Amino acid sequence: MIGLSRRARDGLTDLWLVGPASLALLVLIFVPVVAVAILSFTDYQFGARTFNFIGLENYKTLLTDPIGRRAITNTLLYVAIVIPFSMIFALLVAIGLHGMASWAAPLSRILRAAYFLPVAATLVAMAIAWQMLLHPSIGLVNTFLNAIGLPGQAWLSDRGLVLYTLAAIGIWQTIGYNMVLFLAGLAAIPGHLYEAAACDGADRQWERFWTVTWPMLGPTTLFVLVVTATNSFRVFETVATLTKGGPAFASDTLVYALYREGFVYFKAGYASAITIVFFVFVLVLTLTQFGLLERRVHYR
Amino acid sequence: MVDSRGRGTSIRIRECAKTFPDGTRALEPMSLEIHGGETVVFLGPSGCGKTTTLRIIAGLESPDSGGQVWFDDEDVTALPIEHRNVGMVFQSYALFPNMNVEENIAYGLKIRKFSRGEVSSRVEEMLDMMQIHELRHRTINQLSGGQRQRVALARAIAVQPKVLLLDEPLTALDALLRERLRVDIDRLLRDLGITAVYVTHDQAEAMSLGDRIVVMSHGRVAQVGTPRQIYFEPRDPFVADFIGTMNRLSGVVENGVLTARGGSVELDEHPDGPIEILFRPESATIGNTGNSMLQGRVSGVFFLGDRTRLIIEEAGEEPVIVETAGSREFETGQRVGVDIDRDAILVL
Ligand SMILES: Nc1ncnc2c1ncn2[C@@H]1O[C@H](COP(=O)(O)OP(=O)(O)O)[C@@H](O)[C@H]1O
Ligand SMILES: [Mg+2]
Repeated sequence: MIGLSRRARDGLTDLWLVGPASLALLVLIFVPVVAVAILSFTDYQFGARTFNFIGLENYKTLLTDPIGRRAITNTLLYVAIVIPFSMIFALLVAIGLHGMASWAAPLSRILRAAYFLPVAATLVAMAIAWQMLLHPSIGLVNTFLNAIGLPGQAWLSDRGLVLYTLAAIGIWQTIGYNMVLFLAGLAAIPGHLYEAAACDGADRQWERFWTVTWPMLGPTTLFVLVVTATNSFRVFETVATLTKGGPAFASDTLVYALYREGFVYFKAGYASAITIVFFVFVLVLTLTQFGLLERRVHYR
Repeated sequence: MVDSRGRGTSIRIRECAKTFPDGTRALEPMSLEIHGGETVVFLGPSGCGKTTTLRIIAGLESPDSGGQVWFDDEDVTALPIEHRNVGMVFQSYALFPNMNVEENIAYGLKIRKFSRGEVSSRVEEMLDMMQIHELRHRTINQLSGGQRQRVALARAIAVQPKVLLLDEPLTALDALLRERLRVDIDRLLRDLGITAVYVTHDQAEAMSLGDRIVVMSHGRVAQVGTPRQIYFEPRDPFVADFIGTMNRLSGVVENGVLTARGGSVELDEHPDGPIEILFRPESATIGNTGNSMLQGRVSGVFFLGDRTRLIIEEAGEEPVIVETAGSREFETGQRVGVDIDRDAILVL
């Protein structure tokens, strides 16, 4: 047998370890992505025997057709609402629960579990609960509003309102997860830093927040931002179970449109174009976030 | 020489005890007066309550009810740390990693709303004093342990605090660096004339830095005194053992003469009965077998360069340690005589 140098043997071991996973990644992700990319330039329909290359026609439709544009703007609006609110609320709740842990530990633990519940529960099941809560005539929300003298709303069937309703549910669903991440980040901040800030005369809560909490939480915040952004871009279950994109496409989103075009109308070519647009959005978002912010949140 | 006493804030601790919420009794009621400009070192083994006491002085912990902390004529017991105007150097440095050296030093000044000119001139002064000019734009992660310690010191004194509190500032550093920084800190404290409380478990640090040393054990003060008093007149066996090396020789006194395992020692005016005497290694000399007070057998020889440390068995119940000038050679098993300087004998 040929004697291999130690380096070569280590190298082979590395390849052997990384090989199968990389192969699976290639077959299961890259190949489909390429296939989808190719399909997006065709008029292929599921089950059809032939297809034609139609160039950028699918993309043109998506970006010019009112329905396609609606899905894109709805998704962007949804993301733009869910990201800041779910992050700010999660951070506030995390700071509160973190502080509470020192003087009311049991209550803090109970609240922690309560906030995490929406994350643990299946959203499809929770959707039924939301449907009942938001029912225009017998829903608890409208009953409550009426009780305090405010008019009830058609939360899921008013065109101007439905997307905000879904965004609110998205926020409710995301806070718990983000809160857990922020809590872990808060727990990792050395207490001495707060004491040092206090010793230097930082006597107000917000001074300590800006001196210690916010900068030390940088890496956590970036991670939460990326996770929240990609997750909210993928919004689908609430749309599918509560509104089916309606009324009149007022709550249509990219992934729901993708599902409808691909699996209801079998327009594989068009669905592929939607997939690619979605993919590009998420990729650009993630790369910008890591590229721009990574350098600013790690202190090396 | 300028006498630094009298400047600086005095600290009075009155009956301060500390019980943590989990029931740990970290500190028994303790009273102590620290004069203005004095450097007091809290010395004791790990867990004896040094940090707790320091944090009570700082205002990071409040004493159990009844305890009081006074700065000069002001009762500061209820005052939180941010209003006590203390400088603190934490064991972990606790520098802000998102700020560079300059920003760390300037932080307290900015918070206290000093003018821009005052901040920058004070920062310059600190950089000069701690000799860290070339580090001013570095971030904390780019600094070595010793450099971080200098920055932490600079930050602590930048705001001209009433008192400076240091919690084991040198413990994390290697021996050589520790020695160098110790000299620097000593000079700094003398130059500033600031009241300083320094916590350490290292007796050499305590001896060289402290005007007075407070030896602590199990949440109590075992002894307060100058380094000399602590070394030569320890008040109890704990202090005697904790500071330096102490030999114990037990035996029975009869007519003023102590008879021990390896011989006898004349004592003046001690009642008859069993007794234990203490003496330091350097208070004993090696003599000739036969003429010496005690006879024993060398069981260990440690050549230390300037002197030789001998472990001698059979002189007493416990081995006796003696240090002699380095020129004479010994070997294990050799029989030697031991003479004790009678003026240096302690009986507790
Ligand atoms: N926050 C705390 N809660 C409970 N026990 C504590 C706390 N801080 C310190 N202790 C305990 O109090 C005792 C004294 O601690 P400390 O003052 O830190 O000792 P030292 O600084 O002398 O090593 C130790 O037994 C320690 O475990
Ligand atoms: Mg300590």
